[in-house]
Amino acid sequence: MSVETRPQPSLTDAQPTELIRLENVTKRFGANTVLDRLDFSVDAGRHVTLIGPSGSGKTTILRLLMTLTKPDEGTITVDGEQLFPAPEKQVREVRKKIGMVFQQFNLFPNMTVLRNITEAPVQVLGMSKDEAEERARELLELVGLTDKRDAKPTRLSGGQQQRVAIARALAMRPQVLLLDEVTSALDPELVAGVLDVLRDIARSTDITMLCVTHEMGFARDISDQVLMFDGGRVIEAGSPDKIFTEPEQERTREFLSAVL
Amino acid sequence: MKWDWNAVSEFMPHFWDGLRVTLEALALGSLLSFSLGLVWALLMRTPSRWVRWPVGVVTEFVRNTPLLVQLFFLFYVLPEWNVTFSALTTGVFAIGLHYSTYTMQVYRAGIEAVPVGQWEAATALNLPRLRTWTAVILPQAVRRVVPALGNYVISMLKDTPMLMVITVLEMLGQARLFSQQHFQFTEPVTVIGVAFILISYLASLLLRALERRLVR
Repeated sequence: MSVETRPQPSLTDAQPTELIRLENVTKRFGANTVLDRLDFSVDAGRHVTLIGPSGSGKTTILRLLMTLTKPDEGTITVDGEQLFPAPEKQVREVRKKIGMVFQQFNLFPNMTVLRNITEAPVQVLGMSKDEAEERARELLELVGLTDKRDAKPTRLSGGQQQRVAIARALAMRPQVLLLDEVTSALDPELVAGVLDVLRDIARSTDITMLCVTHEMGFARDISDQVLMFDGGRVIEAGSPDKIFTEPEQERTREFLSAVL
Repeated sequence: MKWDWNAVSEFMPHFWDGLRVTLEALALGSLLSFSLGLVWALLMRTPSRWVRWPVGVVTEFVRNTPLLVQLFFLFYVLPEWNVTFSALTTGVFAIGLHYSTYTMQVYRAGIEAVPVGQWEAATALNLPRLRTWTAVILPQAVRRVVPALGNYVISMLKDTPMLMVITVLEMLGQARLFSQQHFQFTEPVTVIGVAFILISYLASLLLRALERRLVR
């Protein structure tokens, strides 16, 4: 099974292409500084997991990239084009490169599963209805929900809803997939199904993934880079092996021993 | 006091005329209040306060003055400036406008009750603004507000007799006319009273059925 994505530079290139760059980004909520002059970049094709205590700014990074919130200072660049600051028209263009899966799924309850997936390709990418439905069929197969295409989301289990949400995000053929604690709202027995789908996508596509999760096993399994956040800064970065087995920072050790 | 069935049967043709007018005013008034209320609610959400402010003032004014006064104004004062409409048109407009200032609050609550995650999903999928409203937000908001809108229909029904004061011959107007001509008050007023109960009751049954369908 494969999911088409736009052509992307191969990972074996001597110089990996930088796809996402946050420069000097500060985000405050009231008096609380969530991100403090953060510099942060992700190369194309990478699977990066952000870990850290709640309130450390991990989710805020995903929300900034999805333009659900704006930074107070700094610049955000995706694939060489500025996402912030940028005029609305440019934001719309750059945003096409990014897809997001939410903790609470956020499927449209008034639409069938199929329409949830085809709505944006038809409305935003100008795909024909047939083409979008054909693509939705492939994606539903990928997430193992072919038989649910005509169901309303509220009839599905949380795990099934989340798999539809993954299919919906992929239908837009994003270069980057943002995963915001996608299993946190699920009953424990449903987590595995969702993680399997994501693992499958991570292996079979060259999509760039940026993942906030508390599933350390999953983080270790799919990511090739783990970033430890604390107090709005990256305090440690490295391969999953290094971070999970021999972290350098005391703070990382503390955090890991608390969640593992 | 004695009950005269003859008076009832003599009144019935007038009653049917009145019923037709009442239902017409109710249906058109409802439609107008539903659509105008939605327009107000959407205008109140525009970023520009040069839109929000006048809409807020006008709707606040209309909501806080009696419908009866508005009817008099529209029917007797506007013609002074050579603006004239038929009595029924004026009545429908007044009821529709008056109730639109209530339905706008209902829509507002309905729109605000759509979870913020729905907006975020629409942004993440890059849906155009208009499409987000028409395909995602409004279908969910309207579904939530049907019961509240239905209650205003019943409320409007009970306000239709006010149209009598601007010469619209709805049910009460017919009853009064008949009473004055025949000096029989009990029968026509009772007949229309029963009619009001029946219509309200049927409407609430209809509403409950609709609610069940939408909640599914």
